[in-house]
Amino acid sequence: MAAVNPDNQGLRLAVRYAVLILIALIFIGPILFMVMSSFKPDLQLLQDTSSLRAFLPVGDLSLENYREAFQRAPVRLFVINSVIVTGATVVLSLIVCSLAAFSFVYLDWKGRDVILSVILATLIIPFETIAIPLLLLVSKLPWIGLEGFEIGWLNSYRVQIIPWIADGLTIFLFVQYFKSLPGELIEASRVEGATWFQIYMRVVMPLSGPVLATAAILKFLVMYNQYLWPLIVVQQEQYRPVMVGLQYFFQLNTAWGEIMAYLTLITVPVLGFYLVLQRAFIASIASTGVKG
Amino acid sequence: MASSLKNPDRTGWAFALPGTVLILTFIVIPFFFAFALSMTNQRLISPNPTEYVGLKNYRDLLGLAVVTLEPERDDSGAVVIDDDGEIVYPRLRTITRSDDYPQYRGMREWFRWQSGEDARIVIASDVVFMKALVNTLLFVLVVAPVQGGLALVLALLINQRLRGINIFRTIYFMPVVVSIVVVSLLWRFIYDGSDGLLNNVLSWITFGAFQPVDWLGNTETALGAIMAMSIWQAVGFHMVIWLSGLQTISPTLYEAAAIEGASKWQTFRYVTWPGLRHTAVLVLIVITMQAFALFAQIDVMTSGGPLDSTQTVVFQAVERGYGKQDISGGSTISVILFVIVLTISLIQRYLTREK
Repeated sequence: MAAVNPDNQGLRLAVRYAVLILIALIFIGPILFMVMSSFKPDLQLLQDTSSLRAFLPVGDLSLENYREAFQRAPVRLFVINSVIVTGATVVLSLIVCSLAAFSFVYLDWKGRDVILSVILATLIIPFETIAIPLLLLVSKLPWIGLEGFEIGWLNSYRVQIIPWIADGLTIFLFVQYFKSLPGELIEASRVEGATWFQIYMRVVMPLSGPVLATAAILKFLVMYNQYLWPLIVVQQEQYRPVMVGLQYFFQLNTAWGEIMAYLTLITVPVLGFYLVLQRAFIASIASTGVKG
Repeated sequence: MASSLKNPDRTGWAFALPGTVLILTFIVIPFFFAFALSMTNQRLISPNPTEYVGLKNYRDLLGLAVVTLEPERDDSGAVVIDDDGEIVYPRLRTITRSDDYPQYRGMREWFRWQSGEDARIVIASDVVFMKALVNTLLFVLVVAPVQGGLALVLALLINQRLRGINIFRTIYFMPVVVSIVVVSLLWRFIYDGSDGLLNNVLSWITFGAFQPVDWLGNTETALGAIMAMSIWQAVGFHMVIWLSGLQTISPTLYEAAAIEGASKWQTFRYVTWPGLRHTAVLVLIVITMQAFALFAQIDVMTSGGPLDSTQTVVFQAVERGYGKQDISGGSTISVILFVIVLTISLIQRYLTREK
């Protein structure tokens, strides 16, 4: 190759960064606009869209929009509901799916391979194609709770949690990971007389940090951002999660300041979580790429 | 314990049981349920017993026909022309309400074109569903290649060895963690016809030459606007998948290419792209499946409007199955959707198979 003169190289570097920065602005611009607008009164918010001020914390800034958002809708309740549903599903999913995967990888039992292939085959079924029949199914399912026996799961936490605990992708991720663990460890524990449950708890789980993080992050994103399912199975305010709660803001008179405040409120915790754990977030998305 | 040693079947079953039961109950059964329900008149709540109706639901959704209308003629047999110079045709209901054509009963006009003096009219049992089907296919046909391609470009940019490159990766991925519902409501404001950010930015870049557009209120721009926003939100996801594919390509291949004096394009064409084959298949199938599921954007931004220009298959399934409590109609749409998604995934797999 011909010698590159240093000026030329410096220019090329500058162009590269310019391209990267320009693209970054496209991705971060709308998010920045949302956060900044949430602190501005409606009138100023609308005026600011005509200049760069839209992306800057300038002018009359206050928490007024947040206060009004809390008045318009039971925001606190929606947040609590989302935390309950998301938290419970993530924890139960990690337990149930890792146990099943443990069984598929380490234990030899009749019917194992058939069941595993059925579970993996469900990966090609988009949720949207089963939502309507599932709606009918859960409306007829029995339940025994504190109030006794009842029929129908609509309007409850359980209808938002239980159908989402087990899924093909999570089981698949655990299966792949367990297969990569050294088999000698398990055999050694068997020789020492450990039960399978002890091996699961004391040998395999302590080694499963990375896959637990991956599965938890993916489930968290799915559950917290859930919209279609709670929309059709929850009509009572009491059980509504944050995304469905959004409907309080785009009906009737549109007050953009309040909307931006609510959007910021339900998004910033997730963004913060992402920024702190970004390596784990990106690694978990990347690991979905090994299927196929 | 001795019992579990002698009886590994029981332990294996016990461990796998909760997960298996949940997947069977909430995924596999509803999946087969959809097929069964699509042949009934099941409603969410109904005093009447459910009846088997065969393929009626499919006919009601997919019924299509082409009919020909001959122009009106006056007594002398000449074609009647109206004041605007257009040929006058009898009304479509002379066919769709006629006892001579019971097979066309209840069907409505989807679109028409002229063939000589005659008008040919495509009539459909469910015009809205037909529009939803076309919009959804259009969405997939545009979004799958564009989003996949842009994601690859971003992955190649991010794969450079530059100081601070991780900051850019973090930013490009950011919209992925934001809920599509939040994104849709935010972009409703960005797309607004009067105070919208996009119109202002465009007029600013073009020094005022750009005329504001009501992006979501216009039949020509609404679906495109939703496509652009959906790509903006999800492209980072596929960028990360391409990136992990890029990182599996052995550096020695690049070194060899450099020694051979390969140009940048040759290196991409003969080293990078062949190494991404599996990733490409995966990205394409995943985007296609996600694109077919288009729902939240529509529900939050347009509710299918204006004039059904953003109706989609899933939006229709929900509107019937949930909105109108017509479980069988919603299930029929679900089955049609599944068959389409499966067919397209199989075709994609076949076209990209190892030769």
